[in-house]
Amino acid sequence: MPETMLLIPGRSSKQGTSLNKGKLGEEYLDITSTVEIDVDEMTRLGFNSGDKLRLKNHIGEAVVTCVPKKAGHLPEGMIFIAYGPTSSRLMESDTAGSGMPLSKHISVEVEKIS
Amino acid sequence: MSENIKVVENATCTFCGCVCDDMILTVDLDEKRITKSKNACILGKAWFAEHYIEEDAPAAMIDNKPVSIEEAVEEAARTLVNARFPITYGLSDTTCEAQRQAVAITDSIKGNIDTTTSVCHGPSGIALQGVGESTMTLGEVKNRADLVIYWGGNPAESHPRHFGRYAVTAKGMFTPRGKKDRHVVVVDVRRTPSAPAANQFIQVKPGKDFEVLWALRALVKNRAIDPDIEAITGVSLETLQELVDRMKNCRYGVLFFGMGLTMTRGRHFNSGALLALATDLNEYTHFVAKPVRGHGNVTGADNVMSWQTGYPFGVNFSRGFPRFNPGEFTTVDLLAKQDVDAALIIATDPASNFPQAAIDHLAKIPVICLDTKTSHTSQLAHVAFRTSTYGINTEGTVYRMDDVPITLRKAFDSPFPTDEEILTAVKKRVRELVLAKGRARGATGESKAAAPVQAI
Repeated sequence: MPETMLLIPGRSSKQGTSLNKGKLGEEYLDITSTVEIDVDEMTRLGFNSGDKLRLKNHIGEAVVTCVPKKAGHLPEGMIFIAYGPTSSRLMESDTAGSGMPLSKHISVEVEKIS
Repeated sequence: MSENIKVVENATCTFCGCVCDDMILTVDLDEKRITKSKNACILGKAWFAEHYIEEDAPAAMIDNKPVSIEEAVEEAARTLVNARFPITYGLSDTTCEAQRQAVAITDSIKGNIDTTTSVCHGPSGIALQGVGESTMTLGEVKNRADLVIYWGGNPAESHPRHFGRYAVTAKGMFTPRGKKDRHVVVVDVRRTPSAPAANQFIQVKPGKDFEVLWALRALVKNRAIDPDIEAITGVSLETLQELVDRMKNCRYGVLFFGMGLTMTRGRHFNSGALLALATDLNEYTHFVAKPVRGHGNVTGADNVMSWQTGYPFGVNFSRGFPRFNPGEFTTVDLLAKQDVDAALIIATDPASNFPQAAIDHLAKIPVICLDTKTSHTSQLAHVAFRTSTYGINTEGTVYRMDDVPITLRKAFDSPFPTDEEILTAVKKRVRELVLAKGRARGATGESKAAAPVQAI
């Protein structure tokens, strides 16, 4: 049963350093397709570090790798991903007349695939 | 490492909006790369280390086949002139001199020009037009601020030297003990690596920033707030009142805000609430607000666009004069609605970070791309130019996030042209083609005299 969670794309140090090596590089693509989940929440959901998850919403879907985040850093129901091509696949293009798509707070269904 | 070494002092890092201008770069001139970047943060070190010269890369390509720069300029100009609704986009990672050429090209082709501001602090730009901005330079913050609040941003990872150079541990005239003379607050929906640098971390429920900011405004004006604010926002009334007391009683307060406000529900209302809060506080003390800008010259893009067109981003020239309308003339909207039929993309990679619907349209239209490296956008481009890197191989002007212009110092030469050189060449050819097109229309009788103005 997929779990509905809130995806927060944002910047990270590793994303910032790896993009200088090139956005087509393996390092950048790995970093931008890895999600952080609270360690206790991972246990609750039966996820292990390195598991492949499918993130899906009405815009599209993406496969990511999950890693645990120290308890207390991410509130329940929230997952974090470094900005990049993966988060773009789940991003709504409607800007509500502002020019800005909702690039954070993306509701996704999360499901373990392997 | 060779023995042909050069040291460049007071160089500038253009990776982020901090635009730190105290770099000491060691350059290996034979290897054509920077081997050491003293004073740079982790992001700056990567920026300098990874922007070396890839000699084998072609300077210009059409449909992924190497061509001469002249051929590529000709094809780029023809593509833009023949388009019915071309768009120019990007500009946040190039010099003001190049940005100026991009505005001139877009004006000539009666196109649309927008910068990465529209997907960064565009909502803050909309907000400050509505409520104003109590602003400052980062030098003032360093020397005077005793209360520093970061809202919806994570400078520890996105602007690592912001703390040490300007706002947290920096020692200034009235803050001689650095952090000991300041109270630092981080407000965010998650506990980021910036939180440990602060005296206080306030965690807001996702999507509730506006509510918290509006409650703070009410408390500043001594209005009553229902204690159920905690259930709504995750922040207790006691915490809010304590923060308000601290804000009213500080000597010099500053609110730095990031994309946690602009990219979430509320967008420009969030930024507007924060800007209005800073203004409200000036009834009690000195309080300022400043968006923390991402790319090295995104602030310059706002400035150049404003002094060239009157507007900071999302500008349309199709009627022969500039019009500004976010949501209509901004790039994500124009691409997602499939309105535009050609794109000039400068120093950015929308094919990597735009919503998928926008990327899908970008892949269908002829794209002209200028970038220092191969990117998702350059790979789908009809015409791709490889250009030199600003601040490393290119001199020019950039604006720090507080609108202070800084002159760039070149570290070593690149075999690739600058963005400004390519855009100047495209502009020249575009103007020739536009003129020729106008003459041809005139010869066939297409040109019409202006209709007489009717009396009212």
